[in-house]
Amino acid sequence: MTDAAPARRRTYLDHAATTPMFPEAVAAMSEQLLRVGNASSLHASGRDTRRVVEESRERIAGALGCRPGEVVFTSGGTESDNLAAKGLFWARRSDDARRTRILSTAVEHHAVLDPLHWLAERDGAAVELLPVDAECRLDIEALKQAIDRDPGSVALVSVMWANNEVGTLQPIAEVVELARAHGIPVHTDAVQAVGQVEVDFAASGTDALTLTGHKLGGPFGVGALVVRRELDVTALQHGGGQERDIRSGTIDAPAIVGLATAVELSVGRRAEYAARVSALRDDLVRRVREVVPSAVSNGDPVRRLPANAHLTFPGCEGDSLLMLLDARGVECSTGSACSAGVPQPSHVLLAMGCSDEDARSSLRFSLGHTSTQADVDALVEAIGPAVERAAEAGAVAGLGGR
Amino acid sequence: MKVLAAMSGGVDSAVAAARVAEAGHDVTGIHLALSRNPQSYRSGARGCCTIEDSNDARRAADVIGIPFYVWDLSERFHADVVEDFLDEYAAGRTPNPCLRCNEKIKFAAVLDRALALGFDAVATGHYAQLRTGADGLVEMHRAEDMGKDQSYVLGVLTQRQLGHALFPLGDSAKSDVRREAERRGLAVAAKPDSHDICFISDGDTGGWLADRLADRELAHAGSIVDRDGEVLGEHDGSYRFTVGQRRGLRIGRPAPDGKPRYVLDIEPVSGTVTVGPREALAVEHLTAIRPVWCGTVPDRALECTVQLRAHGEEHRAVVTVASTASTTATDEKVEVRLLDRATGIAPGQAVVVYDGTRVVGSATIASADTGTGA
Repeated sequence: MTDAAPARRRTYLDHAATTPMFPEAVAAMSEQLLRVGNASSLHASGRDTRRVVEESRERIAGALGCRPGEVVFTSGGTESDNLAAKGLFWARRSDDARRTRILSTAVEHHAVLDPLHWLAERDGAAVELLPVDAECRLDIEALKQAIDRDPGSVALVSVMWANNEVGTLQPIAEVVELARAHGIPVHTDAVQAVGQVEVDFAASGTDALTLTGHKLGGPFGVGALVVRRELDVTALQHGGGQERDIRSGTIDAPAIVGLATAVELSVGRRAEYAARVSALRDDLVRRVREVVPSAVSNGDPVRRLPANAHLTFPGCEGDSLLMLLDARGVECSTGSACSAGVPQPSHVLLAMGCSDEDARSSLRFSLGHTSTQADVDALVEAIGPAVERAAEAGAVAGLGGR
Repeated sequence: MKVLAAMSGGVDSAVAAARVAEAGHDVTGIHLALSRNPQSYRSGARGCCTIEDSNDARRAADVIGIPFYVWDLSERFHADVVEDFLDEYAAGRTPNPCLRCNEKIKFAAVLDRALALGFDAVATGHYAQLRTGADGLVEMHRAEDMGKDQSYVLGVLTQRQLGHALFPLGDSAKSDVRREAERRGLAVAAKPDSHDICFISDGDTGGWLADRLADRELAHAGSIVDRDGEVLGEHDGSYRFTVGQRRGLRIGRPAPDGKPRYVLDIEPVSGTVTVGPREALAVEHLTAIRPVWCGTVPDRALECTVQLRAHGEEHRAVVTVASTASTTATDEKVEVRLLDRATGIAPGQAVVVYDGTRVVGSATIASADTGTGA
């Protein structure tokens, strides 16, 4: 019993949750971990560390089309989203007390939704979550109407670049065009997008952009909020003022150099990567649907992340499928939020108009830079028996048949 | 065998899972999420429904080396156990929710799903013993450790359910189980036992019922009367009373003979609560409904023992099944003549029938005749 279970080949199809680090990022980070020096110290060791941090900032800026001074390092996606939502809201409202509205979408990640709900409950924000269509695309007309109703009262707009569950890309250019006409800043959570689709901060016209290391081959616990220099952001975390006085905390040079290496690599290899994984993804969807003809593909069929496949298996509980696939060494996600590990039907799928039942019957398979044809083959081999079993369990639980 | 181990986050279910895994079975651990809002259920180390308990179960599964998942049974639990508990109290009966949970959740919803998913059995940390009898049927017996015996709350299980159940702790003493948990490096070794009803967070059943029954206008305020119908006082809800209860009656006047008074009967619709002397609680005959037989249905008057409440004493009895046409007929009745008198038996409680240590079956008490004919 104390022996580890026999090692079996694992088929990892959950890169949207986290993806393996690039060996180059591990090497860069490991090297820096062995060096001493606080980037804020004035002596030679401090200067050496500072140089690593600033070079990393420049490399990230180069890869993302922003200025180095626009990169604010944080602890990751959740902190960046909180900083953008609260920091921009507070700064904009303190400039003009009428600015109390925040416009966002019903399909944002909880790292955006929860700060917005918090601002609504605790701080008088009026949060409007705009609807999406059945393929998860923002209803741009609804955004236009919401802005036009009273442009002067909008503190910010926050729309994710790509949805983390179903992979749909949002019409960021159109969002920016609508908001810019009224000088309203736009934040975008691009955690799932960087390294997957082309992301150019300056060209996008967005004002603040969230990214995180562990989704693009970098380390956990580090990310950035790219935010325009001229934009005022109220700090959430106070202390030494290390990052533009917006974000305090000793600068994590090893994590930052790991992040910069991963951003450079993922963005540099992006075109080739996207072509390769989207072909794998298309093969995955096609062959899974050959085995399970009732399976339905979710999200926008064209304007989507290259590595994301999201499927509903009618009559099967996603939980059951996940467990059965896991037992066969295939790892994926139900894409649902968990509290105490209790699966709730996904707010994204519900917002897309899915029934509670279909929302609970869905799985996300996300590929990444280490994915191979063998991974797809393993899933295709495992999915048939798993769906058969899960359908039996679904029938017991009173879900509709296939 | 592929075994699903239900892990509450407590020491018993953790050791049970460890034993099944050690025996060489392919074990998967699951924790049942029973509340949609985990904070609303019992907090701290006593419960089975909190985030902390879920984490404890997960850590035990890590140590044992088995996969672990959380299954959301909250809707089923609410409908089949919590609502049933409220309905029973509103009807003036005294239900046992643990028994209902075993009947409807652990060995029904969970077992059925497990079997459909390809598992062969469900293992729990209950203290009861399973053996195969001479007739090839699975028999359930009391646990070796009588202080921990839980066969009473398992008395609702059918042969089919017992055929897919594993109770690895049935032959062990609780103290040994704790020592074993420690030896196995399970962090829950010293976690206190749970006692109260898991969905009542602070243990205040009266207050919990009051809040919910008042919302449904089922509180049924009424009078407290003696056996002659004389009104002795008023109360704000009959759910606060259970047959045999002595405390909390809040009757100003003492009884003429100065002796304590007990709740004898509850009439839920009028809200009338009848009280009287202890002698009037004596019960010699019970009628019970909805019997469940673990194996063969008794076809003649059965001289046996019965247990009338969890951790209650055994009474010698003669049990007769009114009709044996079908084991599932809802109109089937069981008559129980008690050779050893019992006191304070409340409708809604389960009578579990034993032949020696073997569980024969169970039924829900519908009425109890006091020896005095009241």
